[in-house]
Amino acid sequence: MKRAVNHSFIPSFLHSFIHSFFMAEYQTPTTEKDLETSFEQIKPYMNATMAYYESARCLFCYDAPCVQACPTGIDIPLFIRQIHTGNVAGAARTIYDSNYFGNICGKVCPTEVLCEGACVYNHQDVRPIEIGRLQSYATAQVVEQGRKLYEPGPANGHKVAVVGAGPAGIACACELRRMGYEVDIFEAKSQPSGLALYGCAPYKVTNEDVLEEVEYLRAQFQFRIHYGHPIESREQITELEKNYAAIFLGIGLGPTRRLGIEGEGLANCVGATEFIEQVKLDPLSVAVGRRVVVVGGGNTAMDAASEAARLGAEEVTLVYRRSREEMGAYEFEYELAKSVGARGVFNASPVAILGEKEVSGVRFIRTRTEGGKAVPIPGSEFEVACDQAILATGQSKRSAFLELIDGLDRDGQGRIAVNPETFQASNPKYFAGGDALNGGAEVVNAAADGKRAGRGMDQYISNSARGEGI
Amino acid sequence: MPNLTANLAGIRSPNPFWLASAPPTNSGYQVMKAFDAGWGGAVWKTLGVPIINTSSRYGAINYRGNRMVGFNNIELITDRPLADNLREIEEVKKYFPDHAVVASLMVESRKEWHQIVKDVENAGADGVELNFGCPHGMCERGMGSAVGQEPSVLRLITEWVKEVATVPVIVKLTPNITDITEPALAAAQGGADAISLINTIQSLMGVDLDRFVPYPEVDGKSTNGGYCGPAVKPIALNMVKNCAQHSGVHIPISGIGGIENWRDAAEHMLLGASNVQVCTAVMHYGFGIVREMLAGLEGFMKDKGFGRLDDFIGKALPNVTTWENLNLNYKVVAEIDAAKCIGCQLCYTACEDGAHQAIALPGNGQGRVPAIIEENCVGCNLCSLACPVEECITMVRKDNGAPAETWKDYMASGKAPTEFNDERAGGHGHWIPEPKAGLGRKG
Ligand SMILES: Cc1cc2nc3c(=O)[nH]c(=O)nc-3n(C[C@H](O)[C@H](O)[C@H](O)COP(=O)(O)O)c2cc1C
Ligand code: SF4
Ligand code: SF4
Repeated sequence: MKRAVNHSFIPSFLHSFIHSFFMAEYQTPTTEKDLETSFEQIKPYMNATMAYYESARCLFCYDAPCVQACPTGIDIPLFIRQIHTGNVAGAARTIYDSNYFGNICGKVCPTEVLCEGACVYNHQDVRPIEIGRLQSYATAQVVEQGRKLYEPGPANGHKVAVVGAGPAGIACACELRRMGYEVDIFEAKSQPSGLALYGCAPYKVTNEDVLEEVEYLRAQFQFRIHYGHPIESREQITELEKNYAAIFLGIGLGPTRRLGIEGEGLANCVGATEFIEQVKLDPLSVAVGRRVVVVGGGNTAMDAASEAARLGAEEVTLVYRRSREEMGAYEFEYELAKSVGARGVFNASPVAILGEKEVSGVRFIRTRTEGGKAVPIPGSEFEVACDQAILATGQSKRSAFLELIDGLDRDGQGRIAVNPETFQASNPKYFAGGDALNGGAEVVNAAADGKRAGRGMDQYISNSARGEGI
Repeated sequence: MPNLTANLAGIRSPNPFWLASAPPTNSGYQVMKAFDAGWGGAVWKTLGVPIINTSSRYGAINYRGNRMVGFNNIELITDRPLADNLREIEEVKKYFPDHAVVASLMVESRKEWHQIVKDVENAGADGVELNFGCPHGMCERGMGSAVGQEPSVLRLITEWVKEVATVPVIVKLTPNITDITEPALAAAQGGADAISLINTIQSLMGVDLDRFVPYPEVDGKSTNGGYCGPAVKPIALNMVKNCAQHSGVHIPISGIGGIENWRDAAEHMLLGASNVQVCTAVMHYGFGIVREMLAGLEGFMKDKGFGRLDDFIGKALPNVTTWENLNLNYKVVAEIDAAKCIGCQLCYTACEDGAHQAIALPGNGQGRVPAIIEENCVGCNLCSLACPVEECITMVRKDNGAPAETWKDYMASGKAPTEFNDERAGGHGHWIPEPKAGLGRKG
């Protein structure tokens, strides 16, 4: 097998020889300091000089394509111009007016396919403006200074419940607080931010950055978060419905979906979401395999592969059941995984996880893509030896919970069905946004949904209040 | 929330940002769109007997990748019939009663002035601006800057207008004159309620090196035009300041020239402008830039604790004095922040060749950060201006704290040098290398 780390300057006959003592690109971190090396930020903060020159490059396009490409519609040319004229707080305000997760999004958004991908400079092969980093440059400063840009609106007497303190729920809470609603967020875990904290790759954003921005929002908008407070029973739901004028579901998705193949229960066979969560919360405790197989072709698979490699795995093999072109992951995410040593194997579908107690390998069958589906080619099984298997084959929906709510329609794929304008569900008291709605997308989509749902809820509550003559 | 409401000689607007009389105010459509975008006022494109323009009208200076750092035009006043303009002014005022719509005017005879002032007042204009500034085309017909350059004529026409005008009268000044306060004073004496400045500066934008024709080129020929845009701001600021400080010119000022963002606007106002007008920046980037200007000015006022524009209009004026009143005992020295230095050594070469040989290069193997030779540094600021890194070279006060002494004091106390080889000269005692040391050094 070819080494995962690319040493193309080494003649091939030396490969196996070198392999026996050559270290992986990254060593397994054992101290906090090592972690800084393993998870070095790919979009570090700009300093004032970088921000000055980078902002000078913006052409101030009319009806700018970058704004159109942003799911939250941030007025990008305006905030860049504000940075350039030394009005950093004004720039931050422009950003937060559209997106409450300005700093986190600046760091974790797939800008290559969003704003920066849309930058007109690309058309002349000029490097696009580094919009994400400029965005973080402005927002991180007001967060650090604790500079208040907003105040909650005067109390309007209505109470709203938000289930889940992820980006969708918090964006929704901010928007509602601005309009004077009282907001209670119920969160099962002990920390806020959902997948922004538990899921975003550690080399994209640090936990501190995530938690500080959420705390910055909480301090300004003063919503309440009830931690360790999962909503899971019919009684609790009835209670919420009784006490709150409307309920926002920002519940995200459940654990990694089982494949239903032999050997899934073996130690060292883990779901990607669970693996990443451990990497995020306690990276030094992660016992990453020497040889790791990651099954899946989405962005989560790419993240898991990168993280395994950065934690010192010597061989990381990404296996996807269809062709490379059909992978759901963004091209640059695959490139990023390759750049730290992962290699891709395509058109291979897992048949069984092998091993006695621990994983010793994964058996695959080759496939051919027909009409978008992976069709196994009989007799083409092969095995990849490994000591850890990470399954990045999608998260389950929270169906059992959703069943508890009366009259809540879902689409064919188990996602909550809502009105695309107001984000209101078929049960009019409920609104939803984020992964529970879109099946798993980016922080920025959740932030956009939550904010718009907040407006939808306001409309609904004010209309009902008027109807009741209040 | 700071209050941005502006008042120029009784003409009120929701904010101090006005469009200058120019192509962006050519039609009701544009002015409506601008007000909708957030502009507080507009001076309509100059009205008069409509003209015919050339095709090919503008030229620009691009500087190191920045477009339109300076801009020039050979356009004349409006080429649209008066009736259309009047109808549109009326319509705009209907939609935006609280925004300022000022009619810029340029005609010849007393009768024409009287008539057109009445026409625009009937249409609902909140004020009139007399265009005595246009430096091309119109002046050859005895209008525009031909009037602005002749204080007595300027005063006379202002008086004609004041005979009939019931709305405030603004006189727009041309900078194409040695002392701007002369026409400013004439305007005040003629009864003007305010002055606005500057109009464009006579200029040639460059020459096509293949065809030997200056830009902009009209069928193989060109003519001088009016210069404006970011490059003219310093000239405009100085003229605004001169008028604001002149004891005879006691009427409000509308600042124009090189304004593109909130900082430019705040600077004009700190030097005495009651509001500002913008042309080139809108021609470059559109009406949308006003959002940056509004947010920026509001943030500035909040930060400084200014509740109203009046709290800072003219606030810098007491700090602009004549050279002879500057403290000669004040001394600053350049200081390099080695942690920020990128080692470009632009400061070294600037000081070495263009100033006082007060920066030394590090020795071999000592990295690239230069060092300031404090004894030689005269505190000219040059290196700090040339340095491409933000806040890398700062000028640090290093005098001995002696009480202030000015040139005036020096003259009074006999400390000023009076002879060619006077030992009291400022540069006396500075270390300067021998001339021959300049040979064989790489530049
Ligand atoms: C193309 C063009 C046409 C102009 N036409 C007029 C005009 O009709 N009347 C007038 O008073 N000033 C006119 N001006 C001058 C502007 O109103 C303004 O005084 C000048 O451009 C300086 O401001 P700026 O640096 O913001 O451009 C014109 C300027 C330009 C560029
Ligand atoms: S800016 Fe418009 S009017 Fe002027 S040359 Fe270009 S297309 Fe023609
Ligand atoms: S100009 Fe600034 S960056 Fe360049 S050498 Fe001098 S100090 Fe260093």
